[in-house]
Amino acid sequence: MADIAATGGHAAAHELGHPSHVQHHFDTSAQQFEASKLGMWLFLGTEVLFFSGLFCAYTVYRFNHPEIFAYAHKSLSVFWGALNTIILIASSFTMALGVWCAQKSNRPGLVICLILTLAGAAGFMVIKAIEYNEKFQHGKLWGRLYQPAQHDDHAADDHAADAGAADAHAAASGAAHGSDARPTDPAHGAAAPAAGHGPSAAFQPERTSLAEPNQLPRGGVKLSTLTAGGHDKGHGGPKPADVHNEHIFYGIYFCLTGLHGLHVLAGMVVLSCVLVGAVQGRYHAGYYTPVDLGGLYWHLVDLIWIFLFPLLYLIH
Amino acid sequence: MSSYDAAAARGPDSAAAADNYLTHGRGLLSWALTLDHKRIGVMYMTGIIIFFLIGGLFALLVRTSLLIPQKNVPGGTPFIFSHDNYNLFFTLHGAIMVFIVIIPGIPAAMGNFVLPLMLGAKDVAFPRLNLTSWYLWLSGAALALLSIIMGGFDTGWTFYVPYSTDTTFAGVIPVLSGVFLLGFSSIFTGLNFIVTIHKLRPPEMGWFRMPLMLWATYATAVIQVLATPVLGITLLLLIVERAAGIGVFNPALGGDPVLYQHFFWFYSHPAVYIMILPAMGVMSELLSVFSRKHIFGYSFIAFSSVAIAIFGFLVWGHHMFVSGQSNLISTVFSFLTFSVAVPSAIKMFNWLATLYGGSISFRAPMIYALSFMWIFGIGGLTGLFLGTLAVDVHLHDTYFVVAHFHFVMAGTIFVFFGAVHYWWPKITGRMYNETLGNWGALLSVIGFNITFLAQFPLGTHGMPRRYYNYEEHYWIYHVVSTCGAYLAGIGFVLTVICLVQSLFRGRKAPANPWGGNTMEWYCPSPPPHHNFDHPPPVTDPYDFSGWKYDEKAGGYVRRSPAEIPAPASKGH
Amino acid sequence: MAGDAHGGSHGGGHIMPVYMLVFTFAALIILTILTVLVTRVDLGGTLNLSIALIIATVKAALVCLYFMHLRYDRPFNSIILGACVLFVILFLGLSTIDTEQYRDEIHWRQVELSRGP
Repeated sequence: MADIAATGGHAAAHELGHPSHVQHHFDTSAQQFEASKLGMWLFLGTEVLFFSGLFCAYTVYRFNHPEIFAYAHKSLSVFWGALNTIILIASSFTMALGVWCAQKSNRPGLVICLILTLAGAAGFMVIKAIEYNEKFQHGKLWGRLYQPAQHDDHAADDHAADAGAADAHAAASGAAHGSDARPTDPAHGAAAPAAGHGPSAAFQPERTSLAEPNQLPRGGVKLSTLTAGGHDKGHGGPKPADVHNEHIFYGIYFCLTGLHGLHVLAGMVVLSCVLVGAVQGRYHAGYYTPVDLGGLYWHLVDLIWIFLFPLLYLIH
Repeated sequence: MSSYDAAAARGPDSAAAADNYLTHGRGLLSWALTLDHKRIGVMYMTGIIIFFLIGGLFALLVRTSLLIPQKNVPGGTPFIFSHDNYNLFFTLHGAIMVFIVIIPGIPAAMGNFVLPLMLGAKDVAFPRLNLTSWYLWLSGAALALLSIIMGGFDTGWTFYVPYSTDTTFAGVIPVLSGVFLLGFSSIFTGLNFIVTIHKLRPPEMGWFRMPLMLWATYATAVIQVLATPVLGITLLLLIVERAAGIGVFNPALGGDPVLYQHFFWFYSHPAVYIMILPAMGVMSELLSVFSRKHIFGYSFIAFSSVAIAIFGFLVWGHHMFVSGQSNLISTVFSFLTFSVAVPSAIKMFNWLATLYGGSISFRAPMIYALSFMWIFGIGGLTGLFLGTLAVDVHLHDTYFVVAHFHFVMAGTIFVFFGAVHYWWPKITGRMYNETLGNWGALLSVIGFNITFLAQFPLGTHGMPRRYYNYEEHYWIYHVVSTCGAYLAGIGFVLTVICLVQSLFRGRKAPANPWGGNTMEWYCPSPPPHHNFDHPPPVTDPYDFSGWKYDEKAGGYVRRSPAEIPAPASKGH
Repeated sequence: MAGDAHGGSHGGGHIMPVYMLVFTFAALIILTILTVLVTRVDLGGTLNLSIALIIATVKAALVCLYFMHLRYDRPFNSIILGACVLFVILFLGLSTIDTEQYRDEIHWRQVELSRGP
């Protein structure tokens, strides 16, 4: 009896109770669906927390240095941002319709909805590319590569002198408590060999230590020369005297939109796979888990953009 | 009657042992592409033990280099290490032990193996994700190790800015990418376990009939899912900061290095609980089984796991008391830090009460478990010193801190080895040599204590951590510490020899060598590919009355059905 | 047999009526236009920001509840999302409070990157 159960019972139970899409360790289709959905929601939770780091950087800088944001956001086009928002919401809508079609076993409807969603995603990326291109043209890049065109350069040279004074904060965290940040004996700074042969060597700032703060880090390419004489579309005029370090805004802007853009691309890959399955007719009212989960992911991408749009483009 | 009784009674020599998960499919490919949680668990366990030995070797090298003050070395040549290599190897020791060994140690290796078995399930909820998680771990670990030859790094395992953005060593980005992958491995494992516990629990097993190991694993998984993504984005930002200079963290670009510490510790403090909580879960199993006594205060232990998971998120700032953090926030974090001590103490006292009056057998797993109580007791209590604002100003970044966190984290390592010994018969189907196992356990525990107890006075006398050189009056403590480290090293090597030897010479293991009543003991050792022919009964996991020792089988067998109430098993 | 048995329910996957989806879509578009228009009125920085965030939160809630079926889904999925948002707020809140507290104690390096050579 036990032997029969050991050899045959297990396999037999599978063949009888399991539709083809149910994996062996689940008892029913419903259990598998619920598990997949729970897993997806947990994954979406981790995505929210993944973005939280960037939102935290945003909040901290916006709260402490609002003038950077008030000034620098003017180079972003509200028109493109709003258009992208609408495109993304529309693609979310078609995705929700797609899930409805799958639940109704409406295969042509599902295929059309998925194609529309993918088109929306592609449209979003195209507009994003247009925006990025404009930023590159004007040298409005992140941090070290920030090189805006000459004519809106209102750099006050006295700030460079300020930079000469040791940054108290850097000193507090970097030097005074050296054993945390500089795990070495005092001789290390002088003795460190120039090991700049690795992949990151090309990106190294041209300075090696904080001891020479006047030597500002620079990008390798002088983008300002590319746009000499070009007009500065969408820019809000000369920089007020109290605005400094606006390159941090662009750093956060590129990180946030770049990471979001990567998620859009990932969503396009996921939805393309779902589309292939839909064309093959794999989904029906009894089994549409990939459509549902792909949809949830796509809505999350939309959700993040819903917050990014007012935070980046609509600053008063 | 249900057939698991028959299977258990037949013992290991019968036909049921013929096909198990180890023999189900042969060849390297059948392991590399396996979706079986047991095989993935075994691969994790092997990998983690190997990396533990590598990390331990680095620690021994660092300790050897500290044997005499560098300036006293005749001829001025460096002893063992140049200062750069010293920095590289203590950093690697930290990064390997934290990210590669301890964090995945119990959840990914032991959890993968026993969690579905404890639930009576056939597998985890997402087997393919589980395999992905293993390969992420493997590539992350490989990348971290390869960063030695990709330029090295000397940032300390915390990668603090601006050091990590400015150091001239080129291996920083590879190691950051490696840790990034390890983080995602951890997230996927946690996600998998949460779904498995929710959806693959048998209907009869309510939350409060789960073994406490599962409560601890669940609480751990919650932290893994909630905290680890923040590590991911932190490392990503740091990579971008170093490669492209975005100016968020780097003070030379107007960034804020203290913000980096907030980011880092928002993950890395909860990560301490990712390390310790699963160990606490295993503790509850070991103490109860080896004192043949029902666990004391089940629901207190269960809820304290969840409480630790939540409180663990509220204390990250205590790593930053002297980093330039504001007084307001430091005060808040100091207060909250003390609150974590409460659920930890609840566990300790319940374990003590479990031991009280039990018939304790000092097998190797129990030796590890009992030493955890001593080690974690010291680690936890010295944590209170460091959580006190004024005391921390004196003690921060000294060897006192080093000793404190080794007492906490190495506690997990000892429980990990306790767990390996405890489930070794189930995993391999072989019994390890009891004498050798006990010696390994004792030597490593004693050696560990000598190593780090010596570091408490070293720290209070002012020796800073991570220093390559030191004054003569610290010398004696360093010598004691290094000797202890050698002793611990011998102990660990002995342990590994004991385990490997059992594979070839060990006697065949019975289905239930220790008399545990959690579900994994209901299937043969090693388990068949599909875990259970029939779902085992859902009973109180700490009620050992249904088992009796059988001399012939060399382990515990179920009492005859007449002696115990009929199990309400599914499908009969 | 098995296919039929599971066909109808699909484990409680909720089917959202199409008109609800259309309503949600329309509401989202209207709110997007609204949030752009509100920016043009100067209500003071804080109020403008608050309104923008409230509108964004309402939009996000609409997407979650209807597009993502959260309203009709198992409550535990909502708990997961809620917990994550709670921890994000915790993270953002404590970090921001701290940076605000020590802001005046530090010298913020002002880097000018736009100067030509």
